[in-house]
Amino acid sequence: MTTFDSDEAAKVHRQLHHALPSDPALRVKALESLVVERGMVAPETLDAWVEAYSEHIGPKRGAEMVARSWLDPSFRARLLEDAAAVAEELGFQGHASAHLKAVENTDRIHNVVVCTLCSCYPFSILGMSPSWYKSAAYRSRIVREPRKVLAEFGVELPEGVAVRVWDSTAELRYLVVPQRPAGTEGWSLEQLTALVTRNAMIGTERDLSPYVKGAA
Amino acid sequence: MSPPDAPAPFTDDSGPVFDEPWHAQVLALADAMVAAGHFSAADWAEALGAARAAAEARAAPDTVEGYYLCALEALEGLLARHTPIGAQIQRERKEAWSRAYLATPHGRPVELGR
Repeated sequence: MTTFDSDEAAKVHRQLHHALPSDPALRVKALESLVVERGMVAPETLDAWVEAYSEHIGPKRGAEMVARSWLDPSFRARLLEDAAAVAEELGFQGHASAHLKAVENTDRIHNVVVCTLCSCYPFSILGMSPSWYKSAAYRSRIVREPRKVLAEFGVELPEGVAVRVWDSTAELRYLVVPQRPAGTEGWSLEQLTALVTRNAMIGTERDLSPYVKGAA
Repeated sequence: MSPPDAPAPFTDDSGPVFDEPWHAQVLALADAMVAAGHFSAADWAEALGAARAAAEARAAPDTVEGYYLCALEALEGLLARHTPIGAQIQRERKEAWSRAYLATPHGRPVELGR
């Protein structure tokens, strides 16, 4: 068919447009090509970052740190003293400038982390932050009404447990060290690591007991 | 102006880490620029915080897409302030990519016309 057909031309045009990335995708592509061609950032660095954070780095690094702290009191002491140094020892460091502080839950204290300014998060050890962590609702409400927000996550805190809300910054990020659940005596590092959830390390989950709910 | 009163659904999102490739790319770029010392982590947090505050002030939807749009806006602003890559250059490059996409037949790599 060689005759001009306006419907066909419109269809072709739509297909071409369909292939056009969205406005923000084009803006990102523009920035990327500009910084790469000026040698400000290596393209391999960007590719490696996207691959690592999309597929490989989840909360498992943080979970391993928590599980180790359950098994080894001296590791726990060092983690609470200087979590950034411990992360570096394990090869989990992110920005050199970003310090990490570990805060431990006890029978009397529950810790929960937020970034009220934007979305600072220890992503080199917890992977990408969940979407709710970035939401305006979480960022404002967890400070105002932490117990209510925690209840929405299914965390019912007894009266005697105080809540500490830690506000992350670009320079200081937090890792909540949840309590080791009862009934896990004799468990291996791998078994314990599998119990520790991302939300527990943000503080929106408290009880990691495998006998209460699934240890997903 | 005020945050929504209705409880947000703080559901666990165990889907893909990034909904769109550009979401990952914008964070990768920001992280790489900080690591290379073009601006600081504090600059990034401040710019992203300001973009978020502005979005909240104009009652933009509190969504994942909205978050990444703020991240993109923050990155564009930081490049304009801390590098020679100003807003005009950014706009022109975006238009150039747009033209390149429209001019490239299906199945061929999209390249900028020189």
